[in-house]
Amino acid sequence: FSLWSGSIWRGKLTLLCDAKTDGSFLVHHFLSFYLKANCKVCFVALIQSFSHYNIVGQKLGVSLTTARERGQLVFLEGLKSSVDVFFRSQEEPHPLQFLREANTGNLQPLFEFVREALKPGDNAEAAWRCPVLLVDDLSVLLSLGVGAVAVLDFIHYCRATVCCELKGNIVTLVHDSGDAEDEENDVLLNGLSHQSHLILRAEGLATGFCRDVHGQLRILWRRPSQLTAQRDRSLTYQYKIQDKSVSFFAKGMSPAVL
Amino acid sequence: MQRGTSSLRVCARAQEGPLRLNTPGILHIITSHSRLRQVLAVGGIMDAPPLSPGGGGAAVRDAIRERPKRGRARVGDVGVAVGSWRPGFAAGGEQVHILGCEVSEEEFREGFDSHVNSRLVYHDLFRDPLNWSKTGEALPEGPLGALRAMCRRTNPGPVTIALDSLSWLLLHLPCTTLCQTLHALSHQDSCPGNSTPVEPVHVLGLLHEELHGPGPVGALSSLAQAEVTLSGAMGQASAHILYRRPRQRPTHQTQWFSILPDFSLDLQRGPPLELQRHADPHTPPVDPTTQLTFNLHLSKEEKEAKDSLTLPFQFSSEKQQALLRPGPSQATSRIFYEPDAYDDLDQEDPDDDLDV
Repeated sequence: FSLWSGSIWRGKLTLLCDAKTDGSFLVHHFLSFYLKANCKVCFVALIQSFSHYNIVGQKLGVSLTTARERGQLVFLEGLKSSVDVFFRSQEEPHPLQFLREANTGNLQPLFEFVREALKPGDNAEAAWRCPVLLVDDLSVLLSLGVGAVAVLDFIHYCRATVCCELKGNIVTLVHDSGDAEDEENDVLLNGLSHQSHLILRAEGLATGFCRDVHGQLRILWRRPSQLTAQRDRSLTYQYKIQDKSVSFFAKGMSPAVL
Repeated sequence: MQRGTSSLRVCARAQEGPLRLNTPGILHIITSHSRLRQVLAVGGIMDAPPLSPGGGGAAVRDAIRERPKRGRARVGDVGVAVGSWRPGFAAGGEQVHILGCEVSEEEFREGFDSHVNSRLVYHDLFRDPLNWSKTGEALPEGPLGALRAMCRRTNPGPVTIALDSLSWLLLHLPCTTLCQTLHALSHQDSCPGNSTPVEPVHVLGLLHEELHGPGPVGALSSLAQAEVTLSGAMGQASAHILYRRPRQRPTHQTQWFSILPDFSLDLQRGPPLELQRHADPHTPPVDPTTQLTFNLHLSKEEKEAKDSLTLPFQFSSEKQQALLRPGPSQATSRIFYEPDAYDDLDQEDPDDDLDV
């Protein structure tokens, strides 16, 4: 995926979406990609623990521990710090403050955390490349009681700060509930789709589970900048997740089949 | 064009066959792609020769409401944009005010030339709409205040207001408030005490239909005099235009088009070829019994034997006659009873003394 390298891809929101399969391999990919590219990464990890991402990251060639120690990675471990919310005094704002409120307000404390984490340092510290916000994932916020509009507002403010002001990128994962009629999730997914520049959609195969082809990845570019002749382009690949990488191939061209 | 009514004029660069519709009032553009917003603005600014002598307000309506295909999520969305729309009047200089909630100003202005950009007034509701930064730069009353501020115009000339997007406003404001404000926005020239005739206000709204329920969408579309629905696949979009004139029947029109890189529209005559190919001639149904390993067909003798068979429990007239005339061939049934020592066999009929 060389299209994400280079200076043209800045200030963009990438939406990862999975339907009937697990799209977290994309999150691991982007995490290791941006860390290797020497970007400053703020990772809001609400699903898994730090050691989980670290183990997978080591297979992909990055060490999250090292990155965190030298300040390249700001890691919000949702599982651990959600407990801290209840043992803090209420005056100190916590990024996951919404867990404590009866009527879920907004995600402003979380946004403040992100902004604080990614703001450019005063001294010329190590000159990281563009800041990146990675969120895994947004659907769990709906399960925790935050409204879809509040989540959209959070991403709106993140876009305004990270994408437009700091010229960084945002990558976020949302699950597609598919047939399960989850209206809030649909509003979130549709609303984010309108705002994204790139949508990566991992789907399970329509015919079911297969050992050699784990799923299908659809890539949709929206909002072509630079007004090139290409308008919305869409590509579809099938993939197989291996131990240390993911291999992609065109539809029907799996090495197991040929 | 009556004085005192807001009118909305949306034109497309009609290369073949104009869509000539007068669109007074509010035009709602419902789409799920962002290029629409950029192209709307372009249209309001470019000068154009007057379209037709007959209609001083003749306008071509363009907006597009995109209805994404269910179940295909965002992959199949159309990058639809309204083409350039020109004011019908020869005197240009119409300003276009954009209330931008969804994209930043530089992203919105990207791709327009300077001539267009100089006439765009972008009201930035993107950077800090909810006053989270608390720097005091944000608008004091939030989104509603910003919307109401657009109602108060100082410029006496004709003005177009584009709301990007109505969906954002609908998610953050109650539907009733939004409808009332929109109504006030488009009817602001009827304020009392205003002696000079005020030029009409054009209001253009962009709505992403899939984000809202049918109630708010219906309310907003009842406010609009013109409604354009976008749908279709990439590069080949269709716009279904519904236009309600004040005392006439609403008119429908469907227009196929595609967007060129400079945001102009390429209007086409009919649906694209791929869609036409799907209307196949009726294929003969496949006979499922041709490739079986067992025989399902009957020969002629077998068919005759089958038809002449009487079913055992069917009460036909022959059976009835046979029962009524006990023939010698009939096997009568008998009961053979061997009494043992304890039985008291009485040959008399116990009902003999009954007087029935």
